Amino acid sequence: MIKKTHFLGLLTATILAGTTAVQAQTRLTIATVNNGDMIVMQKLSSKFEQANPDIKLDWVVLEENVLRQRVTTDIATKGGQYDVLTIGTYEVPIWAMQGWIKKFDNLPAAYDVNDVLKPVREGLSYNNELYALPFYAESSMTYYRKDLVQKAGMTMPDQPTYQQIKDLAAKIHDPANQVYGICLRGKPGWGENMAFISTMVNTFGGQWFDQNWNTKIDSPEWKEAITLYIDLLKNYGPPGASSNGFNENLAMFSNGQCGMWIDSTVASGMLYNPATSKVADKLGFAQAPIASWPKGSNWLWSWALAVPESSKKEDAAKKFVTWATSKEYIQLVGETEGWVSAPPGTRQSTYENKQYLDAAPFAKFVETAIETADPVNTTKNPKAYVGVQFAGIPEFQAIGTQTGQTMAAALTGQMKLDQALKTAQSAAERAMKQAGYPKK
Amino acid sequence: MSASIATGAVKSAPTVRRSGQKVRTLPFVAPAVLILLVWMIVPLAMTLYFSAMRYNLLNPVVEFAGIGNYQYLLEDPSLWTSMWNTLVLVGSVLVITVVAGTLLAVLFDQDFPGRGVARLFAIAPFFVMPTVSALIWKNLLMHPINGIFGWFSRLFGFQPVDWFAEYPMTAVIMIVSWQWIPFALLILLTAIQSLDNEQKEAARMDGAGPISMFFFIILPHLGRAISVVVMIETIFLLTVFAEIFVTTSGGPGLATTNLAFLIYVRALLEYDVGGASAGGVIAIILANIVAFFVVRTVARNLEA
Amino acid sequence: MDSSKSKIGVFILGWGAALVIFFPILWMLLTGFKTEVEAISTPPKLFFTPTLENYYAVFERADYMSFAINSIVISVVATALAILIAVPAAYAMAFFPTKRTRGTLLWMLSTKMMPPVGVLVPMYLLFRDFGILDTRTGLIIIYTLMNLPIVIWMLYTFFKEVPGEILEAGRMDGARARQEVTELLLPLALPGIASTALLSIILCWNEAFWSLNLSAHNAAPLTAFIASFSSPEGLFWAKLSAASTLAIAPILVFGWMSQRQLVRGLTFGAVK
Repeated sequence: MIKKTHFLGLLTATILAGTTAVQAQTRLTIATVNNGDMIVMQKLSSKFEQANPDIKLDWVVLEENVLRQRVTTDIATKGGQYDVLTIGTYEVPIWAMQGWIKKFDNLPAAYDVNDVLKPVREGLSYNNELYALPFYAESSMTYYRKDLVQKAGMTMPDQPTYQQIKDLAAKIHDPANQVYGICLRGKPGWGENMAFISTMVNTFGGQWFDQNWNTKIDSPEWKEAITLYIDLLKNYGPPGASSNGFNENLAMFSNGQCGMWIDSTVASGMLYNPATSKVADKLGFAQAPIASWPKGSNWLWSWALAVPESSKKEDAAKKFVTWATSKEYIQLVGETEGWVSAPPGTRQSTYENKQYLDAAPFAKFVETAIETADPVNTTKNPKAYVGVQFAGIPEFQAIGTQTGQTMAAALTGQMKLDQALKTAQSAAERAMKQAGYPKK
Repeated sequence: MSASIATGAVKSAPTVRRSGQKVRTLPFVAPAVLILLVWMIVPLAMTLYFSAMRYNLLNPVVEFAGIGNYQYLLEDPSLWTSMWNTLVLVGSVLVITVVAGTLLAVLFDQDFPGRGVARLFAIAPFFVMPTVSALIWKNLLMHPINGIFGWFSRLFGFQPVDWFAEYPMTAVIMIVSWQWIPFALLILLTAIQSLDNEQKEAARMDGAGPISMFFFIILPHLGRAISVVVMIETIFLLTVFAEIFVTTSGGPGLATTNLAFLIYVRALLEYDVGGASAGGVIAIILANIVAFFVVRTVARNLEA
Repeated sequence: MDSSKSKIGVFILGWGAALVIFFPILWMLLTGFKTEVEAISTPPKLFFTPTLENYYAVFERADYMSFAINSIVISVVATALAILIAVPAAYAMAFFPTKRTRGTLLWMLSTKMMPPVGVLVPMYLLFRDFGILDTRTGLIIIYTLMNLPIVIWMLYTFFKEVPGEILEAGRMDGARARQEVTELLLPLALPGIASTALLSIILCWNEAFWSLNLSAHNAAPLTAFIASFSSPEGLFWAKLSAASTLAIAPILVFGWMSQRQLVRGLTFGAVK
């Protein structure tokens, strides 16, 4: 008997030890993505803790998909496990509308909110009020290997067309030496292959939904865009393209296995950094390729920090968010990690900073790409939704993911293109109908 | 029949007759049963409730949907595909692990230098987290450019296979089988080792070669052990998730979407709690059908 | 002569099979000691100067010990609790079977066949209301329940093999039920209980769904640790391998040390 009680006592003690924390400080639980820039933030956050000894930071770093599920479940059920969330342009307006995240008003003058690039600021606003502060922002652009293009006896225009991209890819493609003409996202997901495919469809004159929320996937514009997409990857792409997302392609390009790559501007910092890239000295930049409708050829996304309504530590949380998105933070990264690694795309002042411009020759491309991205007037024909590479409605995640899967099936040849477009169209129609569209 | 299903040890486990003394078993069983009941019924009740509601996490207006969620799901062609995929996955892995497990067990029953250490190596995958093993296979082995398999095929002058695009289901089956072969091996090896040496000796005296020995002596002896392998593996294989999540995300298309993954898509990619709950209910029904058949078959075998 | 030839054959086959099966793990282990560039070089590098840089990187980014301790505490406590609840149930079922015993056992097992994601949101709401999100207590409760059916079943098969006469004799001497269990049955079934506990610990350790979804920082076990390394930007294979090695090393060593014990339980009474 004694033994048993003792055991139980020990047991309870162990359990309790895990749950009672010392409450002397304010502990903030910060959920973030395991992207390079965020890992730098985690590393540098000790500076914040030194300056604010009453605040202690607990980090939850997860891969993007897992993180999105975790924080969405938590915020929608008001679980209250996090004090700072890392979310994107897609989530912010929707969550703000639901009243899930706190407004950022009364920002200190030193924060200089007007320094934040306008398209980025607007993407994180709801009813003209800011609900999250941008940590970094990105658009899309074309990366290429100067040496390979030169060897092929060709040049890359500042803004290529998709036809030119195809010609280049054909010339560069050299699978015997494991150099592939072009790398593109193939991994299914609304934030993976569909982010790229959407911009491609946009520039071919297509769109997700029309003005009355009718699904437009089985349109000739989609077919033309996807045909070329499959053509490019099948004939001039790497094997395994359907499993490659942003990270996989980044790894391949920095390892010298891609001749061209059309993807997020945020990759430029990593590709241009000799410590993380083998091709830093051979790297060329161009705008994202265009087709018949030049607008909407590049996307707009930002990773931003928000404070959930359920957080009981609003002041401390906002203090941290303000710090991590401030000019001083960018300065700190520039000084400690090198200017090429400074979080891009958020502030005018970054693009006026001589040190940054010297270290990052791609800066102007990135700035132009972000400033020209327009989430409202994107497509050739009018659309009901806001967003370049996504539609800003809660149902889009489901539709985008499902369409992404179907496009991957078309890419690998599991489905014929026509059939894939039809399947995606009817699945999206079903989902929209289920959600009660068209809405007035 | 009752007890034998689980043990198969009818002969060796005599029933205790408690002459003249009534033992109340309720107080003993009650805690476990009660706890499991609560564990089963509370989520089940909530699942049933939500399955009748239109409830999307991103659009949190809970309203009554009647059978709408079920209708939506049953009309969805992906439901049937995913059920078929579930059966293919479970069936293939069962066959592969039992066959490979038996052959390996016979092999490791032989004496050879370093057998103990070799055996440790062979059972290691059983201890590896499914997430980790999927990550290793996807990135280090099956990656068509930098993976070992790709290198091997180039070495012999072949085009590397793009596993997750060309043979997605086969790839998933390979990974899952790799994880479960050690389990089959462990159990079957123990079973073989329990075989009477005298019996083997006698058969050998009668002039039985190694092959007829395997089919007439060893295999019949393994019947029960195989049943146990099949039953336990089925329980875990019906809900395979991490391997698919890490490697193919259910694709391309629906090629590797099993029921567990389909429900995951509903619940955590579409945040459709109503639809996911309806899927959960369907999965429970399917699980019980499978349980019924598997248990029946296995029970008959254990009886013999 | 013939037999020595076949001996060599068996030796080659046996070791060949073992190495083929073990290869993925071995390769992961090696890759963890390469630089990122070596890790993806083709042809693969077999000989290289081992480096610890990936391990430094992993330790710098994540508090490995905190994750590992959570894994250990949660697995061990959940296993202990499950056994505590299961012993009386298995005892009653094994020694006083009724018509419902079989049904109850099967029903318990069938509770394990439902994909957990189907009940995630309901569970999340429950956890929130009880205030046990991101606590070890919460995960311990989930794991106890999750493994209870298997634990009961395994114990049941062991208890069935204990000759009833021994307990009967004890009863004649006036032993009461509790003494019967603690003083007679448990010592006899100890090996079985040990192997049940081992299996339960392994299953808890490797469970990746509940642990990811119901924990944030305080209770996060090693499965969450892996999720933060699974697809970061840039070259990541070597760091991923190092992190994976760290996540599975404890349970692999533990499993190897206890494998003989474990095997006994895994046979579920199919082998006497």
